[in-house]
Amino acid sequence: MIGLHGIHVSFRDRVVLSGIELAIRAGDRVALVGPNGAGKSTLLRVLTGLLSPSQGEVSIGGDPLASLDRAAIARRIAVVPQQVVVPFSTRLEELVGLGRLPHEDPLRGARPADRAAVASAIERVGIGHLLGRDVRELSLGERQLALVALAVAQAAPVLILDEPTVHLDLRHQVATMELLVDLNVRDGTTVVAVLHDLGLAAHFFPRLVLLDGGRIVADGEPREVLSGQRIRDVFGVEPAMVHLPVPAW
Amino acid sequence: MTTDSGTLAPARAGIAWIGRARRRSILLAGSGLLALVAVLCVGVAMGSVAIAPLDTLAIVTHRLFGIDLGRTWPASADTIVWDLRVPRVLTSMVVGTALAVAGATFQGLLRNPLADPYVLGTASGAALGAAIAVLLPVRFVVLGFGLLQGLAFVGALASIYTVYRLSRIGGLSPLTSLLLTGYAVGSLLAAGLAMAMYLSGAALRQIFSYLLGGFDAASWPQLAGTLPLVGVGCVLILMRARSLNGLLLGEETAAHLGIDVGRERAILLALASLITAAAVAVSGLIGFVGLVVPHVVRLVVGPNARLVLPLSALGGAVLLAVADVIARSAGEIPVGIVTALIGAPFFIVLLRRSRTGYEL
Repeated sequence: MIGLHGIHVSFRDRVVLSGIELAIRAGDRVALVGPNGAGKSTLLRVLTGLLSPSQGEVSIGGDPLASLDRAAIARRIAVVPQQVVVPFSTRLEELVGLGRLPHEDPLRGARPADRAAVASAIERVGIGHLLGRDVRELSLGERQLALVALAVAQAAPVLILDEPTVHLDLRHQVATMELLVDLNVRDGTTVVAVLHDLGLAAHFFPRLVLLDGGRIVADGEPREVLSGQRIRDVFGVEPAMVHLPVPAW
Repeated sequence: MTTDSGTLAPARAGIAWIGRARRRSILLAGSGLLALVAVLCVGVAMGSVAIAPLDTLAIVTHRLFGIDLGRTWPASADTIVWDLRVPRVLTSMVVGTALAVAGATFQGLLRNPLADPYVLGTASGAALGAAIAVLLPVRFVVLGFGLLQGLAFVGALASIYTVYRLSRIGGLSPLTSLLLTGYAVGSLLAAGLAMAMYLSGAALRQIFSYLLGGFDAASWPQLAGTLPLVGVGCVLILMRARSLNGLLLGEETAAHLGIDVGRERAILLALASLITAAAVAVSGLIGFVGLVVPHVVRLVVGPNARLVLPLSALGGAVLLAVADVIARSAGEIPVGIVTALIGAPFFIVLLRRSRTGYEL
């Protein structure tokens, strides 16, 4: 579904990503993990076409990403933005409605089908009780769910998230993770998320990709990827302190 | 079907919610149109020379449709109504539309509630152009446009072009860079304007009256020059409402929502600057319309640019035409003073009443 081949990114003479080979299949649920500065966010920017790699090629559904315009990419990949500042008073349904932009007719705007998609995305994420509320009044956790609903309304087969649980308390972290699992399992959405929390990643994602120093150092099931030796090498901490939960599946 | 109804009912409730902004905007559009017609009538019927309302009606119907209502009026009344009042009211509406639409566009592009049509230096550029025109010993009029209008128009566009080009150099994010460059270039042009005013001597009053704005020189030829620019510019901006909506959450998110951010930003900036330049060339610098009207509209219908842009166009036309009627009846004071006097307190009341206030 998504393939990255020989990706190399450098800013001036600083190498940020090198030799990245990654294949994500339709229906995968993948967490990108690694220490700060490992290149996770840069990898997401390459994956979503915001950044053209110095070398290598990204393909999605068989087409090179570089050959697609922004609107075509937006119909295939939905990105949940990090916490955003909304400059004007915006109601929940108006925020989620932005997810329909790639499908809207440029001149006519939202049609009934778009409004229905927005309503069902809000229901799907379980935030119907927030209808009519100003997004800027919502808690960070509610806002995060609203941003996920925006991406769900976009109805793209691939959902990408950059640190979706940062700023959230434990309950909202788990709620967000369970929602991602649900979207993946029930709707078949391919989910790729950058996560800092190894515990959440190992518990909710069957496949982890570990980055360090701009390279993929491990790719596989959580218990293979997060071996004691790797944690020591990559994160520089004793794994006993990390308390890896054993995945339930 | 019974299993479905459980999930469909809340979805329908959601759709009902989502349709709400549309209904409110229809209401606002209806009252706006009524107000527009009312102020058009008042603006044409009212003035320092008393002309009977029936005579005014007869003059307008005679000119518009060639219908003779069987009344007679002096030729001076005809000139006053048809050549002075009608183009003046219409020009104030066109300028109000341009400023409000440009304001809504700049606020959306820069994601900044404080933005107005003048934020990136158009005002300073136009003012300096006008001041130079006043100081130059050359006078000519082509199709109702003098050197002052010409240089004000060119000055506004030249300054924003400079700001845009300069902002692309340097490592700041494009938005911050645009705002800061706009501020810097604006300050430089303001210094030039101050110098021109210092040197102007007797012509100072003329420069000053441009800075305060007004429609006392409005004419059919000027309207004919301004209307197409503003009309086409506004329609082209409206056709890009989708891009403005995408930019609501920032440039990166806009790109993820399928917007070609660099291109759309350049086009919208150019269009908004063009209509601003066309407006300030004929009216001088009129403040507050471009800042206040889009905010008032957003408070009623929300941030969707598809609703905000046309309703701002309507609201700007009404507000500026009303302000000009007040300016005329108060003895030809500059209309910029009136818009500030009405706009500022109104805006403060609105901000205090809005539930969440504004985040910068």
